[in-house]
Amino acid sequence: MSALIQLNNVTKNYRRGKEGIAIFDGLTMGIEEGDFVAIMGPSGSGKTTLLNLLGGTDRTDGGEIWFDGERIDGYSEGQLAAWRARSVGFIFQFYNLMPVLTAAQNVELPLMLTKLSPKKRRDNVETALKIVELSDRAKHKPKELSGGQQQRVAIARAIVSDPKLILADEPTGDLDRATANDILRTLQLLNKELGKTIVMVTHDPEAARFATRTLHLDKGRFVEAMA
Amino acid sequence: MNDFDLVRKNLFRKPLRTILLTVSIFMAFLIFGMLTSLNVALNAASETGTSGNRLIVSNKINFTQPLPIAYVNRVATIEGVTGVTHQSWFGAYYQDQRKSRFVGFYVDPETYLNLYGDEVRLTEAEKKAFLSERTGVLVGKSLADLYGWKLGQTIPISSNIYVKPDGSRTWDMKITGIFTGAKPTDSTSAIYFHYDYVNETRTFGRDTIGNIAIRSASPDLNDRIAKVVDATFANSPAETSTVDEKTFARAFLKQAGDLNFIVSMVVAAAFTAILMIVSTTLVSAMRERTKEIGVMKTLGFSSPRVLRMVLGEALLLSTMGAVLGLGVSALILKGLAKSPAGAQFGDLSMAPVVAITGLMLAISLGLVTGAIPAVSALRMSIIDALNRR
Ligand SMILES: Nc1ncnc2c1ncn2[C@@H]1O[C@H](COP(=O)(O)OP(=O)(O)OP(=O)(O)O)[C@@H](O)[C@H]1O
Ligand SMILES: [Mg+2]
Repeated sequence: MSALIQLNNVTKNYRRGKEGIAIFDGLTMGIEEGDFVAIMGPSGSGKTTLLNLLGGTDRTDGGEIWFDGERIDGYSEGQLAAWRARSVGFIFQFYNLMPVLTAAQNVELPLMLTKLSPKKRRDNVETALKIVELSDRAKHKPKELSGGQQQRVAIARAIVSDPKLILADEPTGDLDRATANDILRTLQLLNKELGKTIVMVTHDPEAARFATRTLHLDKGRFVEAMA
Repeated sequence: MNDFDLVRKNLFRKPLRTILLTVSIFMAFLIFGMLTSLNVALNAASETGTSGNRLIVSNKINFTQPLPIAYVNRVATIEGVTGVTHQSWFGAYYQDQRKSRFVGFYVDPETYLNLYGDEVRLTEAEKKAFLSERTGVLVGKSLADLYGWKLGQTIPISSNIYVKPDGSRTWDMKITGIFTGAKPTDSTSAIYFHYDYVNETRTFGRDTIGNIAIRSASPDLNDRIAKVVDATFANSPAETSTVDEKTFARAFLKQAGDLNFIVSMVVAAAFTAILMIVSTTLVSAMRERTKEIGVMKTLGFSSPRVLRMVLGEALLLSTMGAVLGLGVSALILKGLAKSPAGAQFGDLSMAPVVAITGLMLAISLGLVTGAIPAVSALRMSIIDALNRR
C-alpha cells in the first residue's frame, strides 16, 4: 500500500458528562500521496476531529494512524510536535496569524523549528510569499491585510517548510466567493505543481470541486455522495 | 527571527501596558536600591573604626546620659585594662544647624589618640600641634574636602546642646590636623577636639563625660572586664553598662529605630504589591493569547519551548524594571554622596552585594510572576486552545 496516510480501525470518543459519545468507531481510510481530498458532511459529523487526528493535534482511542511509513498514533507529545513541524502544514478558517508579526515573520515562524541558515530561511520565506503572490505585502502586519490576503499568508506559512501534507479546515469559510475561489486555485496549484497532498474540510460544494476527490462524512462514517 | 525576538515582540504588543508594568517594577527596585544601600552604608559606617579589644562604658539608663569624669581613673585601675579614654557628644554643626550636622566628640586628646590612633591617622607634627593647642580640632578628610577647610584655619563649631556663659553656642577652633581613616574608604566625616576647652566654657554639664572607652589586653578578657566595671559602679548614682565596641555601635544605630527591620518591611511591602500587579496582568495577558499559543503548538513548537518563551517574557519584564531601578538608584546615590547629608554615610554607593541581590530578586520576581501563565501554557491542549473564540 502506497498511501501517504492510512487510518486503520480508528476509534475516537468524547466524554460529555458521564456518557462517552463515539465520534469514530472503527474508521478505516487511505489518502494517496498527491491527492487533494475534500471532506464534506453535516455539522458535528466529525470533520474537524478527523483533521485533528490526521495532524496529530488530537489523540485516538484505538486503531492505527500511519503517515509515510511512520506510525504516529503512539508518538509522545514531543515527538508529535516535531513530526508536525516537518510533515504538516496547517490552514485554519480564521487564518490564525500572529498579530505582532509581519507577514514575512509569520511565514518564517515554522522555520524557527528547523536548522536552516538565516539566508536559506529568507529565501524560503520569499519563495513562499511569491507562490501566494504576496511579495509586496511582506512587511505588513495581519491587521493591515484583507481576509483573503491573510489566508494567503497562512498558506505561505503552511508550505514554507515544505511539508508533504497540508490540512485545511474550512479555509474559505470566512471569505466571499471570488476571494474563496482565488484561495482554492492557490491550493490547487500547490497540489498540481508542488505535489502537496491536501486534505480540506469544507461546507461549500463549489469549493469541493477544486479537489480531486470528495469524501462525505456522516456520523463518523464515509457515505456515498447524494448527488 | 529567534525565540528572543518573539519574546520581545510579544512583551511589547501593548506598549502602554508594558510601560506601566515596567514603571511599577522600576519603582519597587528604586525603593529596594536606595533603602538597602543606605542601610548597608549606615551599618558599615557604624562599624568602621570598631575594634575587638575595645569596650565602651556608658550610662546604664541610656547612652546619651552623662557619666562623672571621676569614673575614668577608677576604670583605669581594673585588671586587664591597658588604656582608657573618654569621649562626649557635642551635637556639632557648622554654620547651618539643619544642613551641616556631623559627628563631633570632645575628648581627652592624649589618651584618645593613644586608643584611636589607627582610626584617626595624623602626621607626628599634626599630633603634636593638636596636643599643645587647647582650641585645636582634628577634622576628617571627607569633611575638610566638603567645606574646603585648610590646616591652621580657625573655624566656628556650634553645638545644639551646649551654651557658653555669653549665650553663644559657637566655639572657635583651630584646625591642627586633618585625619584619614584606617582604610581609604573609611568614613572620615567626624571632628575631635579638647574636653577641657568645652568643659571650662560651658554653662552646664561640668565635669561629666559621655562615655568611656577601654582597651583590654585581649578580646577574651572583654566579658570579665565589663562585669567588673559594671559591678564597680553598681548602686552608685550613675550605674554603667559596658559592652564591646561593635555591640555599642549597633545599639547606637538601633536608637533611630530598627533600621534593618524597617527597610525589610518597606521593601517586602513594595515587592508584594508588585508581585500581585504583575502576575495578575501577565495571567490575563496570556489568556488573551490562548489561541496564539494553540497555533504555535500546532505548528510544532514543543510545550517546554512555549513555557520557556512565556517565562522569558516575565523575566525580560522584571529585569528591565530592575536594571532601570537599580541604575537610577546608583545614580542618585552617587549624587547624594557628594552632598553634605550624604557625606555622613561615608562610602555611599551601591554595594555589589546590593546590585547582585537586586538582580537575583528580579529573576525571582520574573519566575514567580511568569510561573502561572507559563505552566498553563505548558499544559494547554491544542484542541482546547483553538476551540476558544
Ligand atoms: N472537545 C470536545 N469535547 C466534547 N465533544 C466534542 C469536542 N470536540 C468535538 N466534539 C463533538 O464531536 C462531534 C464532532 O465534532 P467536529 O468538530 O469534528 O464536527 P465537524 O464535523 O467539524 O462540525 P462543523 O461542521 O460544525 O465544524 C460533535 O458532536 C462535537 O460536539
Ligand atoms: Mg469543524
